[in-house]
Amino acid sequence: MPTFVFPGKYESLAKIAELVQIATREFGLDSCAAYGVETAVDEACSNIIEHAYGGENRGEIEFSYEITSNSLIITLRDQGKKFKPKKIEKPKTNVPLKNRSDHGLGLYFIHQWMDEVHYDHREGYNILTLIKHKGTMNT
Amino acid sequence: MELNHTEFKRCDVVKVSGRVDSATAPRLAEKLSEIMDAGRYRIVLDLQDLDFISSAGLRVLIGAQKNCKRYNRGEVVLANVQPNILSALDLAGFTPFFKIFEDTVSAVGNF
Repeated sequence: MPTFVFPGKYESLAKIAELVQIATREFGLDSCAAYGVETAVDEACSNIIEHAYGGENRGEIEFSYEITSNSLIITLRDQGKKFKPKKIEKPKTNVPLKNRSDHGLGLYFIHQWMDEVHYDHREGYNILTLIKHKGTMNT
Repeated sequence: MELNHTEFKRCDVVKVSGRVDSATAPRLAEKLSEIMDAGRYRIVLDLQDLDFISSAGLRVLIGAQKNCKRYNRGEVVLANVQPNILSALDLAGFTPFFKIFEDTVSAVGNF
């Protein structure tokens, strides 16, 4: 499983997205599902920079992917602050615009677009595994 | 991300192309603030060539919409929204907050 290392800064997001596009193409996802995986990875990496590292240029993001017969498995690793997943809340759509909160959207996107999301913390690393299966909705 | 701003008599059209993510969203926010700070609150965002928008970009859109709609002084409308972008807006629950037009001409005509 090849691993790619990127500096933890927002400029890395477009480069990581290029790798995601290669992976989703290789796995054979349609445009909508591929877009969803790209979004999930982008949101996860943005969260690593903003929350785990507390800002840009404070650490690295390791990206790797693996394709099995039925799954695309993307792994992101960082050495930032230990991540504590919060409760994932669906955005409230029945509230007026002025009361509409836009927080927690990234995490919600990750869980909506991927089939499986696993968090782990081992040997000083946050390890996030994002899995997309073939034959599920949006593929 | 590329931004192309055209000022019309009744509204402003901003064509947003490429990727809007955490790296580029601040530039979009800055452009929209510049327009709103000039007292112009009727804005069309042409999303024909927008390839990708993350939650950081969506936050900019909703922030601009809140500002424009204050005191009923205007609004942000969207044109040429591509299917993947529409899915993201929908998932975020943002579609009820924006008028969406098939093309820029109809969007401009709304004002």
